[in-house]
Amino acid sequence: MEQVKIIIVGFGTVGRGLAEVIKRKKDHVKEELGLDIRLVGVADLRGAMVDADGLDIDDALEWKCEIRDIDSLQLIREGEYDLMVETTPSNVETGEPAFTHIKEALMRGKHVVTSNKGPLALYYRELTDLAARSGCSLKFEATVGGAMPIINLIRNNLAGNRILSIKGIFNGTCNYILTRMTEEGLPYSYVLSEAQSLGIAEADPSYDVDGIDTAEKLTILANAVLGMDVAYNSVAVEGIRRITPDALRLALDKGYVIKLIGEAREGKIEVAPRLIPKDHPFALMRGTLNIAEIEADLAGPITVMGRGAGAIEAASAIFSDIISIYR
Amino acid sequence: MRIAMEIELKDIPGQLLGALGPIADLGGNIISIAHQRDRRTPRGTIPIKITIELPEKHLDELIARWHERGITVMQKGEERLKESVFLILIGHIVHTDLKSTIDAVDSTGFAEVVDLTLMMPGIDEESSAGITIKATGKKEMERAIEILEQEAKKKGLLMIKPLEGF
Ligand SMILES: NC(=O)c1ccc[n+]([C@@H]2O[C@H](COP(=O)([O-])OP(=O)(O)OC[C@H]3O[C@@H](n4cnc5c(N)ncnc54)[C@H](OP(=O)(O)O)[C@@H]3O)[C@@H](O)[C@H]2O)c1
Repeated sequence: MEQVKIIIVGFGTVGRGLAEVIKRKKDHVKEELGLDIRLVGVADLRGAMVDADGLDIDDALEWKCEIRDIDSLQLIREGEYDLMVETTPSNVETGEPAFTHIKEALMRGKHVVTSNKGPLALYYRELTDLAARSGCSLKFEATVGGAMPIINLIRNNLAGNRILSIKGIFNGTCNYILTRMTEEGLPYSYVLSEAQSLGIAEADPSYDVDGIDTAEKLTILANAVLGMDVAYNSVAVEGIRRITPDALRLALDKGYVIKLIGEAREGKIEVAPRLIPKDHPFALMRGTLNIAEIEADLAGPITVMGRGAGAIEAASAIFSDIISIYR
Repeated sequence: MRIAMEIELKDIPGQLLGALGPIADLGGNIISIAHQRDRRTPRGTIPIKITIELPEKHLDELIARWHERGITVMQKGEERLKESVFLILIGHIVHTDLKSTIDAVDSTGFAEVVDLTLMMPGIDEESSAGITIKATGKKEMERAIEILEQEAKKKGLLMIKPLEGF
């Protein structure tokens, strides 16, 4: 039985979702895969909980374990673990604190699994080079499309294919707003407030509605599976703020809906609202679902869809990444 | 000789008679004629499919007589503006000189704005327009859209393109 000691840095929605998943799936993974996954440390702004034999997850979720006065960097540098899960908030300008967390863990020969887009969208090559030099895995399926498999799908199941292009809907908030505007003929500002009160949009919605989130995901895909070497700030980005109910109606009259689309292929990487024929699979994505169409040289077009966000959904992608490192 | 062709009539009274007259005058027979008054080409003309029986030596003369009456013969099976694309523009479309926006495409000679629907909400709010562009071929269409995109960018208009092809 192989033991896998995990620490979670950033114990919010996704971090806690992962703890929940580990609790639920621990026995199954032991029996089926011979992996003994243990949560040995958790760090947050509040402090850290540590137990080399494995924390009691129910207690950890309620912060009932002994709370040590050490910060996340100390845990990463001095803790005894095999793999760090990085789930602190994403920062698109500096990539911090995750960028430092990930480097510190990789330099110590620890595997890293993260849902944090910022550091990968900004420093993809630097981080993957560091991982390669350290002989560690750096996995980040959860950064793109939540539970929807795309990076591992391409790397594993489409191995040998050259990926010609990827396009899709990668932001549930924008998709929800555009769907409501189209179906109810409501103005952007009204639907945005509605989405905010439902918790679908943030108080400061710019990260989603200005296309930044989609651009980050696209940058990660371009680097990770399209063989491109691009930085986040080279993506041409247009969000959905200017979309009017009139525009949606004009489009509908001609048989189209408008969706915020991220598209990457050699020589082009762009986020923009696009006209989608009403019977196209992208047009059928209502609400917060994500979808992507991959064009591969041997396999042709492949379409995947799934839930793009949510604690358990993101944790699902992280959990699969963890298992894949040891399988 | 039996000839099938497509001709285009102007939408004014008497054009159909004007088209058929010269056929009889030159000793020809009409085999079939398909005429849909409600169909329009992008140029606003009415397309007619016609099959006639005519001595070959008179064909050039027939076309010349039609020409005098403003009737054009399309080359068989070939419409000039084959490609069609629908786009949306959002912004201060009228205040940024709509005519020059359209002219940017029309003046190419290989593409035309054939349809434009404008919706203007209150003053100060941005307008929306649905635009159909036709072009002579795929390459020309790409070029026309590039030109319109530059024009839109210059004027601060948001242009929404279709998913496929661009
Ligand atoms: N939510 C989703 O559906 C989803 C899906 C895919 C990817 N992601 C990404 O996953 C990451 C986590 O998302 P989330 O929704 O779980 O965010 P969250 O609920 O805000 O959780 C972030 C956690 O990180 C902690 N934190 C902040 N700064 C820290 C630091 N310097 N050191 C250690 N811990 C720190 C926060 O502590 P405090 O609570 O004390 O501030 C909080 O517990 C983000 O990068 C996000 O973009 C989220």
